[in-house]
Amino acid sequence: MIAQYLAFGVFSLFTLGAGTMVVWSRNLVHSALFLTLSLFGVAGLFVLLSAPFLAAIQILVYIGAIGILFVFAVMLTRSMTHIPDLFNAQWWVGAVAGGLLFVVLVGGVIWPVWGINGTLPNVPQTEFVAATREIGIALVSGDGYVLPFEVASLLLTAAMVGAIVIAREDD
Amino acid sequence: MTLVEFLLLALRVAIVAVAPLLIVIFLIWFERRFAARVQDRLGPNRVGPNGLFQTFADAIKLVLKEDITPAGTDKVAYNLSPIIAVMAVVLIWAALPLSPRLIGVNVEIGVLYIVAVASLGTLAIMMAGWSSNNKYALLGAFRSVAQLVSYEVPLVMSLLIPVMLASSLGMQNLVLAQQQVWFVFMAPVAAFIFFISSQAETGRGPFDLIEAESELVAGFNIEYSGMKFGLFFAGEFAHVFTNGILMANLFLGGWWGLGVSATDGSILSDLLGVFYVVLKAMVFYLFSLLLRNSMPRVRIDQMMNFNWKFLVPVSIVNLLVTAFLLKLAQLGGFGIAPGQIDLLTNANPINLLPVTLLLLGGNVVVILGTLAVFGRQTRTERLATERAAVAVGD
Repeated sequence: MIAQYLAFGVFSLFTLGAGTMVVWSRNLVHSALFLTLSLFGVAGLFVLLSAPFLAAIQILVYIGAIGILFVFAVMLTRSMTHIPDLFNAQWWVGAVAGGLLFVVLVGGVIWPVWGINGTLPNVPQTEFVAATREIGIALVSGDGYVLPFEVASLLLTAAMVGAIVIAREDD
Repeated sequence: MTLVEFLLLALRVAIVAVAPLLIVIFLIWFERRFAARVQDRLGPNRVGPNGLFQTFADAIKLVLKEDITPAGTDKVAYNLSPIIAVMAVVLIWAALPLSPRLIGVNVEIGVLYIVAVASLGTLAIMMAGWSSNNKYALLGAFRSVAQLVSYEVPLVMSLLIPVMLASSLGMQNLVLAQQQVWFVFMAPVAAFIFFISSQAETGRGPFDLIEAESELVAGFNIEYSGMKFGLFFAGEFAHVFTNGILMANLFLGGWWGLGVSATDGSILSDLLGVFYVVLKAMVFYLFSLLLRNSMPRVRIDQMMNFNWKFLVPVSIVNLLVTAFLLKLAQLGGFGIAPGQIDLLTNANPINLLPVTLLLLGGNVVVILGTLAVFGRQTRTERLATERAAVAVGD
């Protein structure tokens, strides 16, 4: 149990600390690298939540693909180091959006399941943990999430087609 | 967890972490000797019997070399990237089954885990290229990352086929499911695509553009010297053999072989299992080395075209055909239902014959279709160039 708390502390530190450094760093490449570290911490939290599938996907997609893409894109931009201003004119918009997101997450996700048997006294803790097989079935079954899944696939395909159209040289 | 359990766990972690690094000492010597034989030379043969201790001499030299950090480097990223490059390979070993009992952790999502940690190597190359503060290093890193990210697509696509056949993501389950029929007989196309993509993922010839000296001086690792440089190469050498073991587990039945029992838990089974898996891995490993030492390097546009216009479409079609045939076999009543792994392990080989033949037939159709489509395409291109040449001649 102590090992679990220790791991939770370390991964939380990775997630939050690196997340803070993403916005505080004056070097865009460092920000992108800190972002991958932060996402790695989230993957560790998924492992602690007995969701190994999500952890592997987190590393594969966010670090292996999106993180690399960010670093790639940042390296191609000009003046990526020594950024003089940490804030721009829209800082308060970001603050409001972040605050609202925090309230929504605490109210909508954490509050209903707070405590082991908090507001759902009859549900044992293990019921919250879904196996990989169940995630797969839920993604393709009619009464599960097949529609959001297909919509997301369509969106990604559209984005890919759009990227090809933009990058394509006119013949 | 008691102290004894914890110590046993720590021991397992230590073995999994140290074994690949020890094996690589032998692999480097072996690869150099093998390359020398292919190229009609002798290779390292002075230090120790048959040059066996050459790698130790090299390692000592690398460690004793002055540790040079060029001016203007990004210190943390510069020093961290060789470590990540090696760890990306070492971490794969945590989920590789070597015998019925010998596996670091039999995670439920073993295949995904392996793909995920292997993708960390790309990040290491990117960090090395950028932090070196050298334009050749950065260009080399861009090129490497483009290659690694591209070839990951057919790699994962072909990896999905053993997963579908065994209906499990766990590495040990994948091996168990091959007790009667190796997956290479059910999915030869997938095995072929996986082999080619893993050859590109390790940056081995003919895909060794990562270290194209004539174009990039040395590539992403140009500013590294001493043991930091050595770590990148130790990682690469270990990765080739690791891919061999991965292929053996995915397509050649892993530790299954004559005299191995999955359940008796005897030392003999474990030893034989390790022997068989290394033997099968050696087949791919030697073939990979032979390819590396005999093929000329391809151009970058050829490499990208080969991936996106050949490997990716073929692997997608192959995936669709296999999925369709598997479902057909299930509806016909002679297939493997998902989640029934014991059907594969306990089945009489005769019962698996129809589904194997069906999948093999599907693979043959994929191969013939590919040859027909790409044969016509290349002929059209060839005729067009000939016509252009004639027009210029006029």
